[in-house]
Amino acid sequence: MACGRPSRVAPVPGLGLTLGLTLAWVGLVVVIPLAALAIKPWELGVAGVAQSLAEPRVLSALAVSFGAALAASIINLPLGLLLAWALVRLDFPGRRVLDSVIDLPFALPTAVAGIALTALFAPNGWLGVPLMAAFGWQIAYTRAGIAVALMFVGLPFIVRTVEPVLRDMGKDAEEAAATLGAIRPQTLGRVVLPTLAPALLTGFGLACARAVGEYGSVIFIAGNLPMATEIAPLLIVIRLEQFDYAGAAAVGLAMLCLSFTILLGLNLLQRLVRRGRR
Amino acid sequence: MSIEIRDVARRFGSTAALEGVSLTVARGEFVALLGPSGSGKTTLLRILAGLEGTDSGTVRVDGEDMTGVPARERRIGVVFQQYALFRHMTVFENVAFGLRVRKRRPPEAEIARRVRELLALVQIPELERRYPDQVSGGQRQRVALARALAIEPRLLLLDEPFGALDALVRKDVRRWVRGLHDRLGISTILVTHDQEEAMEMADRVAVMERGRIVQCDTAEVLLRDPATPFVAGFLGEASRLDCQVRGGVAHFDPLPLPPLRVALPDGEAQAFLRPEDIAVLAGTGQGILRAVRNVTDDRARVIVDLEGILLDGTAASGRAPQRNVPCRVALRGGIVFASNGQRARGEPLARIMAG
Repeated sequence: MACGRPSRVAPVPGLGLTLGLTLAWVGLVVVIPLAALAIKPWELGVAGVAQSLAEPRVLSALAVSFGAALAASIINLPLGLLLAWALVRLDFPGRRVLDSVIDLPFALPTAVAGIALTALFAPNGWLGVPLMAAFGWQIAYTRAGIAVALMFVGLPFIVRTVEPVLRDMGKDAEEAAATLGAIRPQTLGRVVLPTLAPALLTGFGLACARAVGEYGSVIFIAGNLPMATEIAPLLIVIRLEQFDYAGAAAVGLAMLCLSFTILLGLNLLQRLVRRGRR
Repeated sequence: MSIEIRDVARRFGSTAALEGVSLTVARGEFVALLGPSGSGKTTLLRILAGLEGTDSGTVRVDGEDMTGVPARERRIGVVFQQYALFRHMTVFENVAFGLRVRKRRPPEAEIARRVRELLALVQIPELERRYPDQVSGGQRQRVALARALAIEPRLLLLDEPFGALDALVRKDVRRWVRGLHDRLGISTILVTHDQEEAMEMADRVAVMERGRIVQCDTAEVLLRDPATPFVAGFLGEASRLDCQVRGGVAHFDPLPLPPLRVALPDGEAQAFLRPEDIAVLAGTGQGILRAVRNVTDDRARVIVDLEGILLDGTAASGRAPQRNVPCRVALRGGIVFASNGQRARGEPLARIMAG
């Protein structure tokens, strides 16, 4: 088949077909909906979009969403690292069970998780009562509650991105550091964490992105008080229910831009820490 | 510095990795631990480095007992099998690591001076800004060596350091490392499964088998007087043949080989015949010459087929027998082990006239 026009035969057959399918699929599933989202708000005009976004309630909701997502991911970072470390390095009874439990937030309907967390942390819940009694903390129906829900959905992202890198790293580098005179904190700070940094950043970005858009688990525990515990995705739903489609799209577009900026920043940061590594 | 290993034992679960290993390395000596995989050589190296504990026995460095001394306080440099370089650091930072983590960290200018000195010593001064992923395997090994030398080690441990290099580079690097050892005079222990590497580089070779050092001596002695059948088979080239000793003579029947005179008790025995021991001569006999391997001025290494068994032998190159032509096989000697482990040199009953 190839003997007639050898120069036209691609090294990987079917390039045209697969590329076409891929682009069509990406266009259909990703680009067109996003483009629609980007176009829709401008029905209001530039001034209308600005006005719609400048509403205090919108600004507050965006701040709650992004603030809680960042806070939850920052708390999740050491927690996820610890869990990944335990899964890779330690051999304890029930390790396999823990391994599967970590993925549960992926599988559980988020509303179920939200209701469960609310029941736990409510002022009369199993955890709500002792936390209130011991520290005077109220979790449910506050911003802390939102962060707890977001931690729940974000944790597996960090564990699952760090775990393979940790496994791949082996103990060699740490042993080499020890023979060179490093004490344990030096080995962790100078060798282990920098090696894991790209994976930690990726996991952080994924958890953060997921948390920003999280709706189901948050609305039960948040209390949804405008200007206090109302998240941006909920505000979008509220606007949709009022048939304010352009206004809803405006909030959506703002979230899109903010998320994109954060992910871009993380990517650039990752480039920096990956320098010189394949 | 002198290293004294006495009766070291280590078990992993039910398997014994080391059983009563003793070895002394003199100041400035280069010793190779040679053995097949699973013989315990890497375990012994890790014990010396302080990365693995012992169940019993002691390790002394310059008379100081190392039991309970953590790896970071031993000042023993290790070049790991896959080099274990820090991938997120430049070559410079890799070498500087041991200086930076010191309790009393030297000033930056001093660190830079030391690192450049070491990079010059291992002949890669131009690579200081590269990352490990950006240099070749041979260069990575030099980085690992410079990094280990930065702590001014009392002992240098090399764990299969040439395994990741291609054969051509390996020969050069071996000689270079040995030369570096001679210049610096640091006691060095090399772990390897490559007998050629061990014999070429080390002053003495400790042959390990199943968690024990079966013999430790110079390459010459190991080849001439192997202590056990394992050493005889593992070092140098040898054809192993079963034989029977009757009345002080080893017989190879049914193989048509001439018997050897040996001072061993009657019974089953094993003979190890080096290529030099097997003389392949022109003339009528039951051997058939199958291949000529290596011809020097006066002799040729040949492979001879003796009733289906292939033997490595030598022939006089001038009058070498033709290929696929019958030839005569004689024995100049050999090492014979009786089944009780007793060993003797075999001598031919009749002198070989030619070859």
